[in-house]
Amino acid sequence: MNIIRIPILKLKDFLLVSIQVELDDNTVMRFQEDLVQRISETGASGVVIDLTSVDMIDSFIAKVLGDVVQMTKLMGAYVVLTGIQPAVSITLIDLGITFTGVRTALDLEQGLLLLEEMTGE
Amino acid sequence: MNERMIEQVRVPIVNELGIVTARQKGREISKKLLFNSVDQARITTAISELARNIYLYAGNGEILIEVIYSSGKTGLKITAADSGPGITDVRQAMQMGYTSSNGLGAGLPGVKRLMDEFSLETEPGKGTVITATKWIR
Repeated sequence: MNIIRIPILKLKDFLLVSIQVELDDNTVMRFQEDLVQRISETGASGVVIDLTSVDMIDSFIAKVLGDVVQMTKLMGAYVVLTGIQPAVSITLIDLGITFTGVRTALDLEQGLLLLEEMTGE
Repeated sequence: MNERMIEQVRVPIVNELGIVTARQKGREISKKLLFNSVDQARITTAISELARNIYLYAGNGEILIEVIYSSGKTGLKITAADSGPGITDVRQAMQMGYTSSNGLGAGLPGVKRLMDEFSLETEPGKGTVITATKWIR
């Protein structure tokens, strides 16, 4: 089975991730590993994960995303999820998933501003 | 119930790829039926949860997606069927936050909340059939 690698871009001290593929289980698991690896390699102080193109988050993907956020925090980096679609936010609440303690912003631009604020850069 | 079926798609769930295929079919059909974007997301998410349940607990089974008509309404009905171990404690499985795997425990109660109608038939050792329907508002 083909595992799609989600690109992780470096911009100054931050890592930018824009998820633009259909998220299957293997792809999100691979992304989890890739991201912590990239944080370690680059010493990034913050990560933005943009979900603008994601039209569905089920409980498994939500769990993995929540884990990614916690792992990033454990590594000492700040993380912001951006671009969660209105329909996705509604279904997440239907599922009882609130992403407590996860910082979010409306879009990538606001996410970067928030990260700059959080990291003091 | 007087339901007239006009379209149906059957997706076998034998591996993780089946979860994605079922999800894509659901998205495609709900879009075609002109469900609003929130209901499209609800249907796609419900299918994903049901397909994952089959994959995790039964190993294999199938998702049937049907367009149904009833008393002037059009709806989309999902049937998730497997011949896996069945659910021994349905009340527990329907509790928010309960999980016997590694998930968030939002699976079945989540599907019930996402959809308009929900029913579950299960027999330990024989399998499980779950149906969930969303009507176009």
